[in-house]
Amino acid sequence: MQRIGVFVCWCGSNIAGTVDVHTVAEALKSEPGVVFSTDYQYMCSQAGQDIIKNAIKEHNLTGIVVCSCSPRMHEATFRKTAAAAGINPYMVEIANIREQCSWVHKDMQTGTEKAIILGKAAVAKVNLNTPLTPGESPVTKRALVIGGGIAGIQTALDIADAGFPVDIVETKPTIGGKMAQLDKTFPTLDCAACILTPKMVDVAQNENIRIFSYSEVQEIKGFVGNFDVTIKKRARFVKEEICTGCGACVEKCPMKKIPNEFNLGMDNRHAIYIPFAQAVPKVATIDPNACNMLKKGKCGICSKVCSAGAIDYTQKDEFISEKYGAIVVATGFNPISMEKFDEYAYSQSKDVITSLEFERLTNAAGPTAGKLLRPSDLKHPHTIVFVQCVGSRCAACAEKGKEYCSKICCMYTAKHAMLVRDKYPDTEVYVFYIDVRTPGKNFDEFYRRAVEEYGVKYVKGMVGKVTPEGDKLKVQASDLIANKQLHIDADLVVLAAAIEPDKSARPLATMLTASMDTNDFFTEAHPKLRPVESPTAGVFLSGACQGPKDIPETVSQASAAASKVIGLLVKDKLTGNPCVASPNELMCNGCSTCERVCPYGAITYEDKEFMMPDRSKAIRRVAQVNPAVCQGCGACTVACMSGAMDLRGFMGSQIIAEVDAICK
Amino acid sequence: MQKITRDVLVNKAVSLLEAGEVKAVLGWGKGEFSYDVTPTVFESADELRENFVWNDFCGANFSKYLVSKTRKIQGKILVFLKPCDTYSFNQLLTEHRFDREKVYAVGVPCEGMADIAKVKALAGDGISAIDFTDAGLVVTTLYDDEPKTITYADALAERCVNCKSKKHVAYDELLGESGEVLESARFDEVEKIEAMTADERFAFWQGELSRCIRCNACRDVCPACTCEKCVFDNPNSGAENKAPATSFEEQMFHIIRAFHVAGRCTDCGECSRVCPQNIPLHLLNRKFIRDIDNFYGEYQAGAEVGSRAPLVDYNLDDLEASDVFDRRDTE
Repeated sequence: MQRIGVFVCWCGSNIAGTVDVHTVAEALKSEPGVVFSTDYQYMCSQAGQDIIKNAIKEHNLTGIVVCSCSPRMHEATFRKTAAAAGINPYMVEIANIREQCSWVHKDMQTGTEKAIILGKAAVAKVNLNTPLTPGESPVTKRALVIGGGIAGIQTALDIADAGFPVDIVETKPTIGGKMAQLDKTFPTLDCAACILTPKMVDVAQNENIRIFSYSEVQEIKGFVGNFDVTIKKRARFVKEEICTGCGACVEKCPMKKIPNEFNLGMDNRHAIYIPFAQAVPKVATIDPNACNMLKKGKCGICSKVCSAGAIDYTQKDEFISEKYGAIVVATGFNPISMEKFDEYAYSQSKDVITSLEFERLTNAAGPTAGKLLRPSDLKHPHTIVFVQCVGSRCAACAEKGKEYCSKICCMYTAKHAMLVRDKYPDTEVYVFYIDVRTPGKNFDEFYRRAVEEYGVKYVKGMVGKVTPEGDKLKVQASDLIANKQLHIDADLVVLAAAIEPDKSARPLATMLTASMDTNDFFTEAHPKLRPVESPTAGVFLSGACQGPKDIPETVSQASAAASKVIGLLVKDKLTGNPCVASPNELMCNGCSTCERVCPYGAITYEDKEFMMPDRSKAIRRVAQVNPAVCQGCGACTVACMSGAMDLRGFMGSQIIAEVDAICK
Repeated sequence: MQKITRDVLVNKAVSLLEAGEVKAVLGWGKGEFSYDVTPTVFESADELRENFVWNDFCGANFSKYLVSKTRKIQGKILVFLKPCDTYSFNQLLTEHRFDREKVYAVGVPCEGMADIAKVKALAGDGISAIDFTDAGLVVTTLYDDEPKTITYADALAERCVNCKSKKHVAYDELLGESGEVLESARFDEVEKIEAMTADERFAFWQGELSRCIRCNACRDVCPACTCEKCVFDNPNSGAENKAPATSFEEQMFHIIRAFHVAGRCTDCGECSRVCPQNIPLHLLNRKFIRDIDNFYGEYQAGAEVGSRAPLVDYNLDDLEASDVFDRRDTE
């Protein structure tokens, strides 16, 4: 039998204003197990806590009920108080008589009645409480960053700077991501490469960072602090540690008509290639789909010209197993395919391009060496039409585009328009928009400069149709403010394509048991208060994999994710939450229902030998809960037919006792 | 009448038993009366030849027996499965309730089974013999001089009238031929109950369920009820009781059971077959199946091993609870 103490808090007049606290304390005195009951003005104050501590000692209390505010406020406080006085902190129950009682009632009598009922329920629960001890698990002090764009780079650098080893896994032959393809960055117009490539070099030179480029995550097992990850390092047919990146092989390679992914197919590369001059690692990669030696066994020129002897045609995919304490997802984004947007004639005319292609066209390292020439005839375009929201905010055409706002397009389009007018003042530039959204430091000023100083013609309205005619693009559009139709003969049309999460995100989320929204963006643990953590413990989110973001935001989030990772990795041991599911193996059917509903992958199965009721032995498959992974959501307990799965601290019997106490 | 003969089944079982490929045979055995066929474990050829039964009263579904028998018997067990039994078989495999390696499943075609209650209603009590002829069941009773002939169609059990599938979804070996999944009218009765007002529906179920004597036959025969410890037998579950104390509790037993098998029930109809009070228990389960179909798309439990029932699966476009609420009866 428990010896329960009841402590009713006034919370000044917050509770005492609508609840007669003396009556509550008096009424609960006669509940089973209650040996002491009192009330006090502020139970959470030092003096209030002392009342609890003294009562525990004086009356040999084994359980505590505090009738006060929501457990979210002070459950932890009172648990500490109980622990300080020598009883298990999980013997404390809170009856919320403030948010769920005094604040919602105006009448003293009903408020008091309800407070008594809530108190009775808590007493009934404490009678069945058992002391709980949280488990501990060790932490592997190494982090994995999946994705080597600016998000992954920043996260890795911050974690490495704190002294922890970090591995970056990047599917491309080089880190750098989308930012490496950009020309200038808004709103300050500094060159993307100038600010990114030093960071890439920092990554390469940092002793704590290893880069697995041209690699992907194959398998993830384990849980927070103890992930087991298999990384597939694809064969690049060049020995990374020997290759000096001199480029001699690239020059001599006879296969030179391969569309260059880095320039979005607007020029060609060789079968052996280095994506761009500042690539990290600066190592050549052989494209096995293009290389004659690999396909037909004929050629081998690169091997002959390589003075370092780095070419290895026999290289195989390599699988690396490593343990990590934390995983950061930084898989980034891609522009959506323009195939379904036939009205803009993207697939009919080379001169209808996406904004990312425009970035490459204006980039000094791009296919036109930075000169703005249109792709079809390499002539300078005199009239350029930018179309915003192509596939973004597309509620009516969900099968084509995305419902959400891609967030970055307003600003980069303003940037593009401004740069064109700056470099080529003889060019007419139109921007068609639904709204111009420029919240952000110095963003609106930037956009206004494009309009006011650079004379970019912003037209509220959408382009209805683009028709290639001769060497012109006939643009039909509506101007909603002037309420008229516009017909523009353009030389170049630039589409601000919506962005979507990288395709690798969905399978990765499955491996991580991390949740995603309908658009395949990773979901954060709390949209406001835990924005860089996934609900899955030990998994953190960095950059556009969580939602559309510009570079400043991505970098802030990347650093925030890093600080969360550091906060995890500095711990030697993780203290778990003892309120986790635990199966009664004798009753478990091994049916996998709990495993299927567990959102955290905390449940596995084991074959164990049992003595059956008839004293025979049988091997039975029974559920096992990993307490370090279980978050105590209780989904398994309700899915379990036999009731074998129960949640510590919230046992079915405890909940029923509470309900009974309320309904009595 | 069943097209495949008893001899085919017995010969198959005897040959595998004698070859040592299986250690035991799970099949239908002679009971006290000709229509009273009893699930039996045969361990010798002689037993099989003497006691094995195959006729229109072989409704019993043996899938569930595999859970305990595979634990007890060393070596393989041969089990005969009618098409509807194979769904339960798969569902139990999905739930890892027995080791597939320890079972040799023989599919047998089924022409539909007779319902002894229907036969008795037409032929009267005191049945002393039943012969299976081309014209129908020839029933001899203690009280009539002339045997009565009842057509197979008239004797057909409700679950077979509304047979959902003649297709065997699992077997190691098939005797005879497997059929197709059928378009059945099995939800018609559910629709009738749905069309009732809440009061009528309550009165209907009150009338049916008040006959319950808590014999637990429905639970004991149900292939979805294989828990190591049933909540109704567990003093700590809060639901344990042997006999209802109030009319509310007797409903709770069946409703809790329907919830526990929801999404797992293959609609084999065994619950209604064994109910000594003839309560149409399968209608409760069918209502659940229909709701699951309507809410989450069609799903047949046991159609394949390892399928994820909608109730234990999550998709972002799943129906919200509020949508279900909106679709409720608003009479």
